[in-house]
Amino acid sequence: MTPGPTSPRRVVILGAGHGGFQLVASLRQGGFDGEIMLVGDEPALPYQRPPLSKDYLSGKIGLDLLLMRPEAFYRDQRVEYLAGCRATKIDRAARKVRLDSGQTLGYDHLVLATGARNRVPPLPGIQLDGVCYLRDLAETDLLRERLAAAADIVVIGAGFIGLEFAAVARARGKPVHIVELADRVMGRVVCVDTSRYFAAAHRATGVEFTFGAQAESIGGANGKVDHVKVKDGGALPADLVVVSIGVVPNAELAQSAGLAVANGIVVDERLSTADPAISAIGDCASFPCRHAGGAPTRLEAVQNATDHARCVVDRLLGKERPYTALPWFWSEQGEQRLQIAGLTNGHDRVAVRGRIDNGDFSVFCYAGDRLLGIESINRPADHAHARRLLAAGRQISPEQAADESFDLRAAAATRAP
Amino acid sequence: MPRVTYIAHNGKETILDIAIGTSVMQAAVLNGVDGIVAECGGSCMCATCHVYVTEDQLSHCPEMELGEDAMLDGTASPRQPNSRLSCQLVVSAQMDGLVVRMPEMQTE
Repeated sequence: MTPGPTSPRRVVILGAGHGGFQLVASLRQGGFDGEIMLVGDEPALPYQRPPLSKDYLSGKIGLDLLLMRPEAFYRDQRVEYLAGCRATKIDRAARKVRLDSGQTLGYDHLVLATGARNRVPPLPGIQLDGVCYLRDLAETDLLRERLAAAADIVVIGAGFIGLEFAAVARARGKPVHIVELADRVMGRVVCVDTSRYFAAAHRATGVEFTFGAQAESIGGANGKVDHVKVKDGGALPADLVVVSIGVVPNAELAQSAGLAVANGIVVDERLSTADPAISAIGDCASFPCRHAGGAPTRLEAVQNATDHARCVVDRLLGKERPYTALPWFWSEQGEQRLQIAGLTNGHDRVAVRGRIDNGDFSVFCYAGDRLLGIESINRPADHAHARRLLAAGRQISPEQAADESFDLRAAAATRAP
Repeated sequence: MPRVTYIAHNGKETILDIAIGTSVMQAAVLNGVDGIVAECGGSCMCATCHVYVTEDQLSHCPEMELGEDAMLDGTASPRQPNSRLSCQLVVSAQMDGLVVRMPEMQTE
């Protein structure tokens, strides 16, 4: 692909996570010859986030294997990477971005890939030493150190991150107690069967849960945390508290520039804001999702960030298309592997393929007769087939889904064998 | 260290000495070898580290698991009998001399 006559000459990308990095890589891969400036607020080169809560936290891999690409990549690809910088203001009329370093960058096209930040609950004691998070590298480095020394751990929030962390902590033999406001794990994203299975799997490894419970305060002595108090409950001893109650999109910069914000930066199906010179991608963007009936959707996923990036690059290079990619997600929690294809929110009926009691099953989630998505537990082949099936817009009935003699691979095949 | 040769779609060759236990994908990314995308970071989730292994060396590679087999159904470039996901090719002593070819595309 060669850049079209209307391609911008300088693309500035705010945010050097998965979306920002993919944008850089795809621009050059697509033949973009102009200037690329990538602005990241962390000191390290762009790195992969998923392993932070898994192999990096457990010490299995180091920073070298986290990096998206070695330093030479940025030099060879003529990418100016501004590390440790944050944008403070967008001047849309002048097409300029001001950074906290004092520098001002002009742009022809600006991509907001600012991601999201930890949701911090307004709890007394939240600032105590020993209260940790798990989103970026610095937080993970600190957590890794604290985990090694911890005697009692409380996790607030039973989402992907909290559970992935708990699995790593249990593998080290550390006592873990998870406090969750809802009545089940991962309640926001998975069906009841999947929640139930994962809660049991974590319990079997020694994780304790308190559901329907709100952390009321975090207490400590000499500035260091020593317990978490649960509303209408007792105090749980803790010298390490991990707060994992979700994230907030980083949309303030867009908002102060007069762009629409509603649970993220509002973009159209091409991922453009109302300003044609500004796009938004990844965790910070709220887009009309074809796989959610066109409803405004904000997703926190590597797939979403990288596919968004490719869609924007195609537009910048003169091959505009709507964003239609199928969302998919994964989580590794100890020995358990969860893979989700599609968005299963709003389902009213499920069909189970495989054996839940063997920890080897997929749950096909339907709204009426319509297949919304598939949650696969320790069943990667189902997941791979499910993605192709959904991406092709094909349907199979709940009866077919539950019948293990039904050939899922053939139903999903997008090319002749 | 076992030596692995990567041949890009355009014919460009890169030879790497890889520590045992590192995957063919990880070594490629660490050394900036073009043609391996590895979007999911090696979780066998994305099929963007697709390679063609020289046929008579397939038996030196780790056995293919069901998940990889299924992911390979969805590669951007055609699957061949010698297709593998390089994140699953963890280098061992008997893989010394391995030659892998990169497909034309890793993403649609």
